[in-house]
Amino acid sequence: MADSDPIKAIVTPVRLDYDFSAGAAATQFLRGLEQKKILGARSGPGQPVLVPPRGADPRTAELAAESVEVADTGTVVTYSIIRVPSDNISFELPYACINVLLDGADVGFFHVLQNCPLEEVRIGMRVRARWVEDAKLAPSVASIEYFEPTGEPDVPFEQIKEYT
Amino acid sequence: MSDTPDVLRGPHVLEYPYKRSLGPVLSRFFTGLRDRRFEGIRGRDGRVLVPPQEYDPETGEGLDEWVPVGPGGEIVSWSWVSRPRTKQPFDRPFAYALIKLDGADTPLLHAVDAPDESALSAGARVVPRWADAPSGGIRDVVCFDLEAR
Repeated sequence: MADSDPIKAIVTPVRLDYDFSAGAAATQFLRGLEQKKILGARSGPGQPVLVPPRGADPRTAELAAESVEVADTGTVVTYSIIRVPSDNISFELPYACINVLLDGADVGFFHVLQNCPLEEVRIGMRVRARWVEDAKLAPSVASIEYFEPTGEPDVPFEQIKEYT
Repeated sequence: MSDTPDVLRGPHVLEYPYKRSLGPVLSRFFTGLRDRRFEGIRGRDGRVLVPPQEYDPETGEGLDEWVPVGPGGEIVSWSWVSRPRTKQPFDRPFAYALIKLDGADTPLLHAVDAPDESALSAGARVVPRWADAPSGGIRDVVCFDLEAR
């Protein structure tokens, strides 16, 4: 910056340092990821399986204490193409962020899609979680590196329209 | 789930590295700070606004009459920070103060470096401590110091 140039912008970072307690429900979910399991929860038989579990069923506020393992495969129900960089995300731009209805779950699960040309990303596409190598598994969402296509036939829209 | 023995806990940082475009008025104000001078802007009612505003706070009219102010001023009110946080101006106790610079009618918020709370009072005279190496921002004023009597 030359001394004669006017100052046209200033950097004003905002930073909050939290000491975050995951709580019982998310702790169980994160411990599951460490074992390559995706654990949801429901408030009882016949009730929706929520992933990740938040401790209660948001519709009824009932305790969702029954742990239910869901699959690491699912169906894309919505997606978004990300073109704006973010310091904490290392995926090469542009990439697709997907909302996956995991098999056995009743709500979508957000993650990143890789190994798929962006023009082929679509609602109904079947995907599978790509786990990090075993040595790197941790009680963290980073245990799933990304999702990628399975190559299975698409799920017809009619079957998933409630979730899109 | 109440029998879950160990609840996970860890640091979680939320940070946005905002860069703000200043516009013509604040651009001139911050450029002035880099060059070690304060400038205010005159509002429609004649008051000198510091920091300057692009539009009159009462009438919304554009403002363009610049007025040199400071560099000294007086403390209007202040708040003692006994346990500073990481990003605050000092790692030891200090004060945030509203400072009315000489010639200004509105106060500017900045830090005052004082040995302790009892050294401060409303009306106390302060002078700016300029940064050795300006970086283009409010930190080009390190803080204000109590004027030596």
